[in-house]
Amino acid sequence: MTPIERAVADTHRREWAFVLAATARVARDMDLAEECVQEAYATALQVWERDGIPNNPGAWLTTVAKRTALDALRRQNVFRSKLPLLVEPDEADMNYSAESTGDVIPDDRLRLIFTCCHPALSGEAQIALTLRLVCGVSTADIAQAFLVSEATMAARVTRAKKKISAARIAYRVPAAEELPDRLDAVLTVIHLLFTTGYTAPSGDQLVRADLVQRALDLTRMLRDLMPDEREVWGLLALLLVTHARRETRTDAEGRLLLLEEQDRTAWDQEAIEEGHRLVLDALRGGNPGRFALQAAIAALHATAKKYEDTDWPQIITLYDALLRVWPSPVVALNRAIALTMVFGPEAGLTEIEELESDGRLEGYRYLPATKADLLRRLDRKEEAANAYKAAIALAENEAERAFLTQRLAEVS
Amino acid sequence: MAQYAILLYSPAPADPMDITEAELAAHEVFNKEIEKRGTQILYPQALQPSTTATSLRGGAITDGPFIESKEVLAGFFLLEAKDLDEALEIAKLVPTSPGGGVEVRPIFEPPAE
Repeated sequence: MTPIERAVADTHRREWAFVLAATARVARDMDLAEECVQEAYATALQVWERDGIPNNPGAWLTTVAKRTALDALRRQNVFRSKLPLLVEPDEADMNYSAESTGDVIPDDRLRLIFTCCHPALSGEAQIALTLRLVCGVSTADIAQAFLVSEATMAARVTRAKKKISAARIAYRVPAAEELPDRLDAVLTVIHLLFTTGYTAPSGDQLVRADLVQRALDLTRMLRDLMPDEREVWGLLALLLVTHARRETRTDAEGRLLLLEEQDRTAWDQEAIEEGHRLVLDALRGGNPGRFALQAAIAALHATAKKYEDTDWPQIITLYDALLRVWPSPVVALNRAIALTMVFGPEAGLTEIEELESDGRLEGYRYLPATKADLLRRLDRKEEAANAYKAAIALAENEAERAFLTQRLAEVS
Repeated sequence: MAQYAILLYSPAPADPMDITEAELAAHEVFNKEIEKRGTQILYPQALQPSTTATSLRGGAITDGPFIESKEVLAGFFLLEAKDLDEALEIAKLVPTSPGGGVEVRPIFEPPAE
């Protein structure tokens, strides 16, 4: 890669969302905006080679992309009013003239991400659009990360963009009263990106690492753009603290390691500290949300010097609070595990059997795996073996399957 | 402004004569709210029960709604709104029968030549 190519690639990574979001405001059509931004990056390769890298590459690219969009709109002037347009919140602040949009570049990245994560779009579409439009990831790479064909992913993105214009999904940051729900949807998409990258059952190693990095970048971007939203701090903390353990999750043979087996000295202390500080800030204001609480739990695990030092009573308290704001059976399962650490496997097993009977976790692979572990510890070997078999049938990757198979052999 | 079709679905057969007093009252409340907001509602219609529907598929006539399902189209109206969020806000106010719901569909505007 030449220095210029590297500079363009770097700007692509850091500034894509900014450039596209600002261009979308002028183009008022996602497809047109995307085309113009792509063209601007292509132009940058040539012009920067000749004239050098501009002081503010993002602003340079935005100016070029906007100009291209304006030219396109002028050419289509006759039927411009009939183009499927993005809806602007206040048409008055719209300005179509190149002169007045040339200098000041509004930061519309929040509008862009809230539009991509609008609840009228399916979860799959929200994720695909966020990666394509906010992160500028190519459709081919998104397809690879989510293990679908490129054609399928392209169709998904196209359908979602068409819905945005046909149904007039507004290009806007939601009003204060809708913000908590809508922000939760955005954070959920980012968290899913992260977990897909982090625990992907299969697929390309590089693409997965990239997803994790994209999720972290997106969360940092949100934190900069919405500095007062404590749930954003919570998500950032959760991602940092989880990511800090990345090197220790498997052994040299790729075998999955439990939290208690992981080499804590290899955890990324800098990330843990940053996460820990964010958790404290997020909890300080009272009424923490589900991301702040999950982060607080993860941080307690990460800051314990040894597994035996984990503050389990405090973790149970946090799970109680988490269940109140987020009554999810998965949370209840994790709470049951924490209970066993304080009150023994019997206590956890009772909770798990209750969860099992309500059926909401049917097919969730960690339920039989956890149950099997507790039964093993209670020396109820036959029942444990059955639970391990159920867990193996649901396992999604080789590392997990190998771990469970080994445990099954131990109790058989 | 854009136009949206608001399609009301109810459990089959969705007979408007079966509407309860409470549901009628809810519709009154809805109409008042719409008036208060100054929202434009066009062609509000309730349909006869789905048992009265006749469908044509490939020229063949069949008795009943086009798609067999537990819920059927019970009524519709058109709505003027500035964007989907505003349309959804109105749609949330529409009274629905238990097991029923509402679909919001943008109206197609043909692109000019």
